[in-house]
Amino acid sequence: MAEQVNLYSARKEALIKPLLDKFTQQTGISVNLVTGNADNLITRLKSEGKYSPADLLLTTDVGRLYRAKQQGLTQAISVSAAIATVPNNFRDEQGHWLGLSLRARPMMVSVDKVDVQLIANLEDLISAEWKGRVCIRSSSNIYNQSMVASLIVQLGESAAQEWVNGLVNNFARHPQGGDRDQIKALAAGLCDVAIANTYYLAGMLSSEDETTQQQAKRVKVIWPNQAGRGTHINISGVSLAQYAPNKNAALKLIDFLLSKESQLWYATTNHEYPVLPDIAWSELLQSFGTFKAEQVALGKLGELNATAVKMMDRAGWK
Amino acid sequence: MKHINRFYSCFNVWFVTIPLGCIILAAPLGLVFVSVFFPQTEIWQHLSSTVLSDYIVNSLILAFGVGFLVIVIGTVLAWCIARYEFAGRKQLQWLILLPMAMPAYIIAYTYTGLLDFSGPIQTSLRDTFHWQYGDYFFPDIRSLTGAIIMLSLVLYPYVYLLARTAFSEQPFSLEEVSRSLGVRPSKHLFKVVLPLARPAILMGAALAMMEAFADYGTVQYFGLSTFTTGIFRTWFGLGNGIAAAQLAAMLTSFVVLLLILEYLSRRKIRYYFQGQKAQQVTRQRLTGSQAFWVPFVCVTPVFLGFILPVLQLLKWASITYSKQLTSEFWLLLWNSFYLAALASITAVILALLFAYGKRLNPIKPIQFLVGVVNLGYAVPGTVIAIGAMISLSWLDIKINTLTENWFDISVGLVFSGSLFALILVYSSRFLAVAMHNIDTGLSRVKPSMDDAARSLGYKPLQILKTIHVPLMKTSVLSALLLVFVDVLKELPATLILRPFNFNTLAVRAFELASDERLMDAALPALAIVSVGILPVILLTLLMDKSSPHSSHDN
Repeated sequence: MAEQVNLYSARKEALIKPLLDKFTQQTGISVNLVTGNADNLITRLKSEGKYSPADLLLTTDVGRLYRAKQQGLTQAISVSAAIATVPNNFRDEQGHWLGLSLRARPMMVSVDKVDVQLIANLEDLISAEWKGRVCIRSSSNIYNQSMVASLIVQLGESAAQEWVNGLVNNFARHPQGGDRDQIKALAAGLCDVAIANTYYLAGMLSSEDETTQQQAKRVKVIWPNQAGRGTHINISGVSLAQYAPNKNAALKLIDFLLSKESQLWYATTNHEYPVLPDIAWSELLQSFGTFKAEQVALGKLGELNATAVKMMDRAGWK
Repeated sequence: MKHINRFYSCFNVWFVTIPLGCIILAAPLGLVFVSVFFPQTEIWQHLSSTVLSDYIVNSLILAFGVGFLVIVIGTVLAWCIARYEFAGRKQLQWLILLPMAMPAYIIAYTYTGLLDFSGPIQTSLRDTFHWQYGDYFFPDIRSLTGAIIMLSLVLYPYVYLLARTAFSEQPFSLEEVSRSLGVRPSKHLFKVVLPLARPAILMGAALAMMEAFADYGTVQYFGLSTFTTGIFRTWFGLGNGIAAAQLAAMLTSFVVLLLILEYLSRRKIRYYFQGQKAQQVTRQRLTGSQAFWVPFVCVTPVFLGFILPVLQLLKWASITYSKQLTSEFWLLLWNSFYLAALASITAVILALLFAYGKRLNPIKPIQFLVGVVNLGYAVPGTVIAIGAMISLSWLDIKINTLTENWFDISVGLVFSGSLFALILVYSSRFLAVAMHNIDTGLSRVKPSMDDAARSLGYKPLQILKTIHVPLMKTSVLSALLLVFVDVLKELPATLILRPFNFNTLAVRAFELASDERLMDAALPALAIVSVGILPVILLTLLMDKSSPHSSHDN
């Protein structure tokens, strides 16, 4: 039988399949794909035990990779030349997971209404001056959970709770919709500042729809905490399943996903930042400007996820 | 009496098949309740001091709000169609059913796109009147009320279907009696017609409410805290699967309560179809202003629940179709179709089995077991799917241990990640829909008809063919249709359990929409709706044919 790899992917099909097809073309290794919610895939992996056909688990956030590792579902990935080029803070200490692309979660403001000089840090958002002006999606969303978890790591629990309380206090409306909806609300003047991942803004800027493009053009990215700890980032990454039946092919796929070609693909197709430092950014990403990113050990975010959720529950962040 | 007893005794096989079938179907749900034995004190303290009351209150408001609204819409429509003759009635008969083909989360997406603050309506209002945010009032679509309206717009056909049958089958003699006693028509409606149709109406409402309790897509998109969003938040966010299962068990208990209420409310009244066609009510031809506003009233839910959202989807799809319409798209269409067809046939066969088993063996344990299986409908699809996944993987591991010990080979996963797993979960989840219809149909076959036929020397199979099949045809068909459409729209279980390289329209639409690419999601969404329409049209045609009114229709 021809070589193959089985992939459980929390990345949506549209955002991974083209890359996998290229891999098959180049290597002749066929890739079998199931997409789904990361936690469901982890549960599936776990309940299938040692008979699981899965080789790789792909997620869009580090917390889930951490969770898979905690449950003993992964194994150390031997460090290849390609993997060695991934910066250390985007790799698990024991090598159980590594990042494939980066996602940044900065602040965004409406250009007509906000003087960009007035706002520099996430901490600014809790002052009385921003009351009723902040838009952000529900705290059920993993991006917000990871962001708060990273604040806990860096500021400590009580300061993080204070920030969460203050932010909820300044909400323009009850959290609803996704990141794009926050950007649209910003453009429409419902709020003056929002927190959202950059690739949503980039996706709107490159949309076929004229209105969507216009909305996105009224929004500007502000990289918070540049003088201090940096802007919150997360990774999309990969783990090797503990009972991976096609380990060799799986390792080849990981190397392929770290190749220059793949790294560029992430940036051009979904406007994510490459995880490798020497890959050039797409023009659109460059237009947002460069930024200093947080230097948190990403595994910590997974560890503190539940603490973050409880914090947001207490603050009444729906 | 003796030969009748023999007739029943040949069905003793029921005592094996029904419990076995129930146990297999109820296993996923059973796992949810097992969680109750592992107390999670710390999490529950946190939940009850913060968000639990929101979950309970919002879920109850949502379910009862939907229940109320579908009763109003469904009953009014059923009454107009069953009792009045007016221009466009024939077309409306099936148009009214179309919203059923529309997944609730998709109607929610389209209305949000339309009515949201940054949507075209509010934007043009602002541009026209030079308003700013806060200068004017506009209802927030992403609210509890919004969710109630969204769900009701696609769920009212449940009530309509059942109520319409009930209305058109009420014998004309009742109306004659009322008239001869000088009872005003309005009083006749509230004293005779509605009470007689109550079991059907409540049954439809109960189904709609169960769907409302289990809805995840809409409430999640609207950012509402309900049981379902809470279950996932507890499971994914807090990382506590057991507490999440306990929340699911609590949600299911609410539904049990609801079903008990429904059962109690119709226990006292049990009607059987009289079987005489001649006595049917003839429809009243509308004149004057009524001839105008009755069709108008009937069109409104169709317009809001189907035409408007489809127009919006068409607009979006016209922008993005070239990117979406690949050869793979047809494969998705085919996958969705055959999966739904297979699942609906399985569910209806099981429902028939259970319904007859229950009828022929009206004893408590069997009734109870069948009742338990019905609960699957109210539990969010993901919860059932996870239950199924865990039980099937467990079975797979046992099989492998066995083959390894005996033959020294491992066969790998047999059930887990197979189409069989999907069909099992669909059956477990949508059996209630099929059962409700089959039960309604079976209740029209009086037990005395069986007895009479037996005493005339008919064999059981002949009875089935000459009496049951004709009387049950419509119910079986509507059961098939409802399950088909439900499976077509089904998302969470498909997402979790499907095999490698297998996708459906619902999966595709959801993936794109959850990535906030609503416009890209429009084409698969439209395809779900179109495939869903086919059986709706088929059903209406067949219903019309088998309806006692067919002779009046032309």
